[in-house]
Amino acid sequence: MNYHWNWGIFFEQVKAGEETYLDWLITGFGWTVAVALSAWVIALLCGGIIGTLRTTPHRGLAFFATCWVELFRNVPLLVQMLLWFFVVPELLPRDLSLWVKQDMPAKEFVTAVLCLGLFTSARIAEQVRAGVQSLPNGQRMAGLAIGFTLPQTYRYVILPMAFRIIIPPLTSEFMNVFKNSSVAFAIGVLELTFQARQMQEDSEQGIEAYLAVTVLYFICAFIANRGMAFIEKRSRVPGFIATAK
Amino acid sequence: MIEINNVSKWYGQFQVLTDCSTQITKGDVVVVCGPSGSGKSTLIKCVNGLEAFQQGAIAVNGTSVGDPKTNLPKLRAHVGMVFQHFELFPHMSITENLAIGQTKVLGRSKEEAHERGLKLLDRVGLRSQADKFPGQLSGGQQQRVAIARALAMDPICMLFDEPTSALDPEMINEVLDVMVELANEGMTMMVVSHEMGFARKVADRVIFMDHGHIVEDATKEEFFGTPRSERAQQFLSKILSH
Repeated sequence: MNYHWNWGIFFEQVKAGEETYLDWLITGFGWTVAVALSAWVIALLCGGIIGTLRTTPHRGLAFFATCWVELFRNVPLLVQMLLWFFVVPELLPRDLSLWVKQDMPAKEFVTAVLCLGLFTSARIAEQVRAGVQSLPNGQRMAGLAIGFTLPQTYRYVILPMAFRIIIPPLTSEFMNVFKNSSVAFAIGVLELTFQARQMQEDSEQGIEAYLAVTVLYFICAFIANRGMAFIEKRSRVPGFIATAK
Repeated sequence: MIEINNVSKWYGQFQVLTDCSTQITKGDVVVVCGPSGSGKSTLIKCVNGLEAFQQGAIAVNGTSVGDPKTNLPKLRAHVGMVFQHFELFPHMSITENLAIGQTKVLGRSKEEAHERGLKLLDRVGLRSQADKFPGQLSGGQQQRVAIARALAMDPICMLFDEPTSALDPEMINEVLDVMVELANEGMTMMVVSHEMGFARKVADRVIFMDHGHIVEDATKEEFFGTPRSERAQQFLSKILSH
């Protein structure tokens, strides 16, 4: 391989500015974490609600939730990102459309968070549904028999156990949200992948750039994994087999 | 206290309950028995509206269960229910299991609910297990906690759905003892069970069900003396022969 390695490139200044390439990567890292964590909040919230609705006896709500899941699960994330950015603003009422296109603050960031959050919510909804359905029906009956309303039964009886049961797949999902945030580069969010490309073009040291970004993604996902393992340990139910180690 | 009038229920095309009628007056203990699939568990779940029925009427303390206008959670809060598989809430400690209904449904303070829970644990002999979790108790202990949880709501009557059939033989008596005590105190009880010893000891009436019909509805003396239906005689001879 005839490549001129230069690991010192990160400390060199970029062509048109004061910062170093390392500064670019740090900025990218910050945006990646910001997009991933914000999307995760939306995903957990919407996924929890939609997954729950899919298990309720109310047919209309369950149908709505099923549509939600199918919609966000059957279209590639990259295409969804482009749809949210280029197509959805055109479909809005005229004034709102103009505002979104011209004045909305942090337009790329907001769009990416919304898109990634909703995409992930469909996956989490399926996990929540599986978790709820894995519980014996007697639990629901016991909750109702004690005088809880259906929402109370979910709140106090069903969901606390369902979420404990699905921590392992949720862990994968939390790691995915960091990795999937890279798709946001397609609409111009200045996250890691975007910065790596920019550094490649600016410095012609693409290999170093992409290797550095690889390591940073790895670290993100790794921390996410360890964080979830900690939560799993903390929320373990004494004497309960399914979550026992 | 509990009035069941001409109740029929279908799962799709399949009829699980056919024209069931009976009454349970205040203070009565009624044991419902019958072969598996006879509809006895389904019937008892209809009493507090956990299962819907398509025909007939059930009233608990004068409140119609099938009426869509009935506030079912409110009604259920005062009808204690004990399940075959205990159904304690596994993520809550024993005291939390006993307190949650009291605080969230009856609106009692945490302290009051805690106190009441401990008193009931004393009563079922499990005070020492108060801070454990359901998964750390034996089946018999869990079922006693489940009874205490139902009692914590100050029920006007108690429904037992095969309370001992998931238990090891040596744990059955500890649960039955609690139930006998309850019966002797005058609690109105509807008990789906095959424990004929329990029925002999405390039941006022025995109902025998088969294929969704109430075949026999007799006083304990009549039932164990000369059950009128051939099906009930067969059933009794099978479960009493050992």
